[in-house]
Amino acid sequence: MSVPGLPRLESAGLDGWLVRLFDAIDEANLPWITALVRDCEAAFGNALVDLVPSYTTLLVIFDPMRMTPDEARERLAETLAALAPDDEAATGEVHELPTWYHESVGPELPHLAERAGLDVAETIARHAEVTYRVYALGFAPGFAFMGSVDERLETPRLETPRKRVPAGSVGIAGRQTAAYPAVSPGGWNLIGRTAARLFDRDRDGFSLLRVGDRVRFVPVSKEELVRRGADVTYMEDTR
Amino acid sequence: MTAAIEDAVSGLRVTRPGPLALLQDAGRFGVRRLGVTQGGPADLHAWAWANRLAGNAWGAAALEVTLGGLALEAERELTLALAGADLGATLDDAPLSPWQRFRLRPGQVLRFAQPVGGLRAYLAVAGGFRAEPVLGSLASVVREGLGGHDGHGHALAECDVLHVGTEAGEHPIGDEREAPAEARLDYTAMPRLSLLPGAQIAEFEGASLAVAFNTAWRVDDRADRMGVRLRGPTLRCRLTSMISEGLGLGAVQVPPDGQPIALLNDRQTIGGYPRLGALTPLSCARLAQCLPGQEVRLAAVSAERALADYRRFRRAFA
Repeated sequence: MSVPGLPRLESAGLDGWLVRLFDAIDEANLPWITALVRDCEAAFGNALVDLVPSYTTLLVIFDPMRMTPDEARERLAETLAALAPDDEAATGEVHELPTWYHESVGPELPHLAERAGLDVAETIARHAEVTYRVYALGFAPGFAFMGSVDERLETPRLETPRKRVPAGSVGIAGRQTAAYPAVSPGGWNLIGRTAARLFDRDRDGFSLLRVGDRVRFVPVSKEELVRRGADVTYMEDTR
Repeated sequence: MTAAIEDAVSGLRVTRPGPLALLQDAGRFGVRRLGVTQGGPADLHAWAWANRLAGNAWGAAALEVTLGGLALEAERELTLALAGADLGATLDDAPLSPWQRFRLRPGQVLRFAQPVGGLRAYLAVAGGFRAEPVLGSLASVVREGLGGHDGHGHALAECDVLHVGTEAGEHPIGDEREAPAEARLDYTAMPRLSLLPGAQIAEFEGASLAVAFNTAWRVDDRADRMGVRLRGPTLRCRLTSMISEGLGLGAVQVPPDGQPIALLNDRQTIGGYPRLGALTPLSCARLAQCLPGQEVRLAAVSAERALADYRRFRRAFA
């Protein structure tokens, strides 16, 4: 943590402090943030209400009936003073998401290839060859923001978001990639569809992916996706 | 069936659903790191009073009725309490004012018409409404398909049944039948919303800060349980967008169009617009009762003052 003035605590209301640890997205941030998540759970005990880790920050929500904002700030300052990053190699589960990359379920695939000056097969290979890290969950239950995609595949969000993106859709926004856990609106560039169940209320832990996890998208055939129970019907484009 | 609902019986049947009626307990906590929102009552104050008048402890699930339109028929003898907005409620066609406890006999019908003052009414039943918790909570979140009477976050629909405990018809302990005058807020008056400065407030232009706290902001019609957009002069911030970070209850974010949005219970867990700070929980509750077009003011408040107000409020609801 070499940025001057960081980490810093910013008020996030009566029951929250935002810990600003970094000022840029970097995979090297992750072992610090996952360590701080764990240390806060220990330091706050039953006064802890919720934690929201993201790329460069951790939002800590505490119970204002058990702790004043000043007490919470002191507790955080002590925790930060003793913070040591997680062992990088030991943190995060590894997941493989079987993905069918195809124009019929990923309508921006040809556009991405064209922008990158690659053919479609090469574009798919570039997306599938990277092991991504999960930086944050948000937007919807189990929606994991992952990075970073190959710089040639970097593409801004759609100017007009779709009203309906099918569950399992795999997309790119900037240098981030993600898969939609459920049907929702969305403005990411879609390149394929995964059969993975990303959020399952019957699963212990609910979300397949957690901040710090490692993810690989594994290209599979349409038949394989159908066999795994995914919906592969052609996507109607509603914008 | 789990222990939570095995002694549940049918209490109320929906004969007309209205635009939006949702079961809400205190909210869904400890799961925001999975992208799951908080949920819970948009108006914490009225929800807490409905539960207190029904004899319930903090956290019991009550029904949040938005805009009215709902009709419910009692399937058994029930002790109920109504608090919050005046939505023109009637009990078998006789007017029923909010902020009081009442009884419903089998076959009697409770109807909500439309807003007379405020936007959201809370209906609590002795012992609380029963359903299967999802991720530890009954809070209904339509967008996420979580919680509520059916476990999938749906708003009440015709013929749905709300379950209650077998104690729902008993008279609650204590003789508090109605809320004191100071608890009955006048939702037609212009609220001063307390804002704890924080987050990126230093990045706003000085003139914009002066404007923010000296303007009567108008509640936009883009207002729901996720957030309420305020319309008025354009606020300018030196930051336009940021790396996404966690959003607390009441966060007031300002997108590039300069019109602030106060984020409420169903807000997304992370976001990337600069923020002035956060409304206090009680100011979020007050804002949630404002109809589109109503005017509000923002007033900076110290953490000490906000904490004292909040603790006084909570201590009234053991």
